Amino acid sequence: MSSNVQQFPPFREPQPHHAHGHAEHQEPNFWQKFIFSTDHKVIGIQYGFTSLGFLLFGFFLMLLMRWQIAHPGVPVPLIGPLLGKLLGQPAAGGIISPELYNSFGAMHGTIMVFLGVVPLAFAAFGNYVVPLMIGAPDMCFPRVNMASFHAYFLGGVVMVVSFFIPGGAAQAGWTSYSPLATTIPTNGQAFWLFGMVLLITSSLLGAVNFIATIIQLRAPGMTWMRLPWFVWAQFVTAFILLLAFPPLEAAGVLQLMDNLAGTSFFLPTGLAVGGQLVDRSGGGSPLLWQHLFWFLGHPEVYVLILPAMGIVIEVIANNTRKPIWGYKSLVYSVLGVGFLSFIVWAHHMYLTGMGQKIATFFQATTMIISIPSVIILTCMFLSLWGGSIRINTPMLFALGFLPMFGIGGLTGLPLGLAACDLLLHDTYYIIAHFHYVVAPGTIFALFAGVYFWFPKMTGRKMNEFWGRVHFWCSLTFMNIVFMPMFLQGIKGMLRRMSNGGELYSLAKVPNAIDALPGNIMQLNGVILWAAVCLGIAQIPFIINLFWSINHGEKVGTNPWHATTLDWQTPTPPPHGNFAEEQIVDRGPYEYSVPGAAEDFTPQGGPAKNPTAPTHTPAHH
Amino acid sequence: MEIPYTIESRPDTGLYNAKLGIWLFLASEVMLFGGLFSAYVLLRVGAEPGMWPHGWLNVTLGTVNTLLLALSAITTLLAWAACKVRDFTKFKIFHACTILLALTFLGIKSYEYHDKLIHYEIKLNNGTFADGHLVEKSKDFDLAKKTGTVTLHGRIVQAEKELMDLRAPAAQTAKLDEVTVAATDIKSMGNYGPRHNTFTAIYFTLTGLHALHILGGTLVIFYLWGPGSRMWKTDPERFTNRIEVSGLFWHFVDLVWIFLFPVLYLT
Repeated sequence: MSSNVQQFPPFREPQPHHAHGHAEHQEPNFWQKFIFSTDHKVIGIQYGFTSLGFLLFGFFLMLLMRWQIAHPGVPVPLIGPLLGKLLGQPAAGGIISPELYNSFGAMHGTIMVFLGVVPLAFAAFGNYVVPLMIGAPDMCFPRVNMASFHAYFLGGVVMVVSFFIPGGAAQAGWTSYSPLATTIPTNGQAFWLFGMVLLITSSLLGAVNFIATIIQLRAPGMTWMRLPWFVWAQFVTAFILLLAFPPLEAAGVLQLMDNLAGTSFFLPTGLAVGGQLVDRSGGGSPLLWQHLFWFLGHPEVYVLILPAMGIVIEVIANNTRKPIWGYKSLVYSVLGVGFLSFIVWAHHMYLTGMGQKIATFFQATTMIISIPSVIILTCMFLSLWGGSIRINTPMLFALGFLPMFGIGGLTGLPLGLAACDLLLHDTYYIIAHFHYVVAPGTIFALFAGVYFWFPKMTGRKMNEFWGRVHFWCSLTFMNIVFMPMFLQGIKGMLRRMSNGGELYSLAKVPNAIDALPGNIMQLNGVILWAAVCLGIAQIPFIINLFWSINHGEKVGTNPWHATTLDWQTPTPPPHGNFAEEQIVDRGPYEYSVPGAAEDFTPQGGPAKNPTAPTHTPAHH
Repeated sequence: MEIPYTIESRPDTGLYNAKLGIWLFLASEVMLFGGLFSAYVLLRVGAEPGMWPHGWLNVTLGTVNTLLLALSAITTLLAWAACKVRDFTKFKIFHACTILLALTFLGIKSYEYHDKLIHYEIKLNNGTFADGHLVEKSKDFDLAKKTGTVTLHGRIVQAEKELMDLRAPAAQTAKLDEVTVAATDIKSMGNYGPRHNTFTAIYFTLTGLHALHILGGTLVIFYLWGPGSRMWKTDPERFTNRIEVSGLFWHFVDLVWIFLFPVLYLT
């Protein structure tokens, strides 16, 4: 080990090739380095770029849907002809047919959740940052880590390919409720299920890896209460993925049997489709699918939000230059959220007629889970108090997260109460609520993470000016997109209608509550153009991201003057991450310690005994 | 830096990495089979009265399979113990037994599947049901064209309900005979495959998924027994860990069967 140490310069040397510590190994070729890499940092970046690509793809699907909602039956401008050529009959004449709208809707949700946000929040940031933060040389199981990315990528390919099969992609919504998912005449659903099984496998491998890494590979002195909160958030997220996803895999296997082997797990007796009795044995339970789906589906919400909160905490601690407020409350709250997230799932099912008593139970747990969530958000707000706040792009996005997630969270309370949910269920109110949580919430936090850790990955900062342009435009247009949907939902506009409620608005019954007023319908146009502007607002980010890799402002290893161990490595960190084993001797957020030389005191560093040849860990 | 605790245990957790990893994996497997078992419960509770089958599976074969897996759990443990005391020959013998027991289990399982797939229930136009194992279909048998005949070894019953509880006295004493039915008399015909009813559906799914686990476990154990055992010469400690980890998986798969057997065969 001592021979390796000399090959790790503390700062980046002009010859990064030799920074690998395995001088006897040949320099890996392109395939070994970027496709079959087992290095957690490369895998993190692979996840990052792939998931950003899927986020963009999902965004385009949404734009097409918004066009169809605002202008039902009008050919899509610019790319309509291309759409017709690519997808054939469902997009004939460049017009989005209701079937195509349905499959766009189902795939937008699936792609955003399972191929975009979760891989970016959990797999990309988790992979890159967690081992660095805990002072580990890599993940516990590097080859399993690689397999996890490959399964994810394959799952993505299956999902994308399903657009081009006869009948098109899955059309039953991202929730794939049976019996609809089985009776729609397309194999898209089978592709969706195969894709999901691959994605579940991927997240299972990732979750095992994360938990084992955090438990086993913490550097000496990195006790549980010294873990950066980001690591705690990822740890709880990994447990949720580990335990909540398998029931969906079970459900996926059962629905696959329904679709391919003709079983009736989710098909009730006497099911008729198009006036014809279906040739099935029946006896199954559509409710069973919903239970199994939401047993994953609700914990999944916390998979989407917890890593994002972790990023926000790191960015806020760093940019307020003071310790995070209530570290212990944050830790216990995240554990509480993780546990409670397993017993709230049926609040998605108040309308299924599962019974008042069950609804009451889940209503109670839903209200209880808001307590730890509010504690977390409160700690974030209180951390700002009395800080000498530095404003930069990551901090702007982190600050933007706070009110946006607040709106998303608070508008969820009426949905958690069965009585109000009966009115709001399946309307645009729901769409607005969870998009506030995930889009200006989670995705803003993810942007903060990209801007924050970009210098660690490349040794260069992203452009500050264009970062701020990106932030302010995104914030503005996000709100113009989602705020009107609350109003539309309260007025009764339903969520899955391909013509955006046009037919309902035509039902001019005097004083009827179900007719949509004209001004509510006009909001569809506003939302469409705000969404287009939101898309345009991402262009500075995309250019900034790629341009800064080679042209951004050069910075040292710790440009933000941060305390956590990820900033104590060379930049970019070499294979094996640290030159020497790190010894941790204090908490993660020791900013502005009275009497310290600088306003940040790193959490740890190499063993400080210069007489010892090199610190030889006992386990070697 | 190299990854620590790949072989020796971390002092404060008392585990090496792979052992923690397999326990976590098994936790997710518990949730996977837990999901399927709860599906079983919901389907059974929701079945119409008298329409959930009893006694459809061969308890003798199920018992034999249970014993085979229990034995294989013992040989797996002994194989690991042999590695611990550095007795490679014994390891080879014990894990050879494990593999043979697993393959016998799969053989019996395939026979049971086959037995269900050649078992037909035919709904006749007069409202009765012919039920039994296929003896032969005449050469010109074609259900769509209504030609030919089909012969079953079984019986004819008045209502489908009579086929449900094969442990009832009436079913126990029923005489099985060769029944020949003309295609013109057949309203619909299907075997006891997954689509027959929710019981066969969950039976095939649960045992099929379990059999896949058996197959996967057998492949891993076979690899460690054959080509993978070269590691014994270079790194016996690490090899022993591999045997332990694969053994933990194998014990879990055995445990799943311990639940499957009463749930599907005995109730």
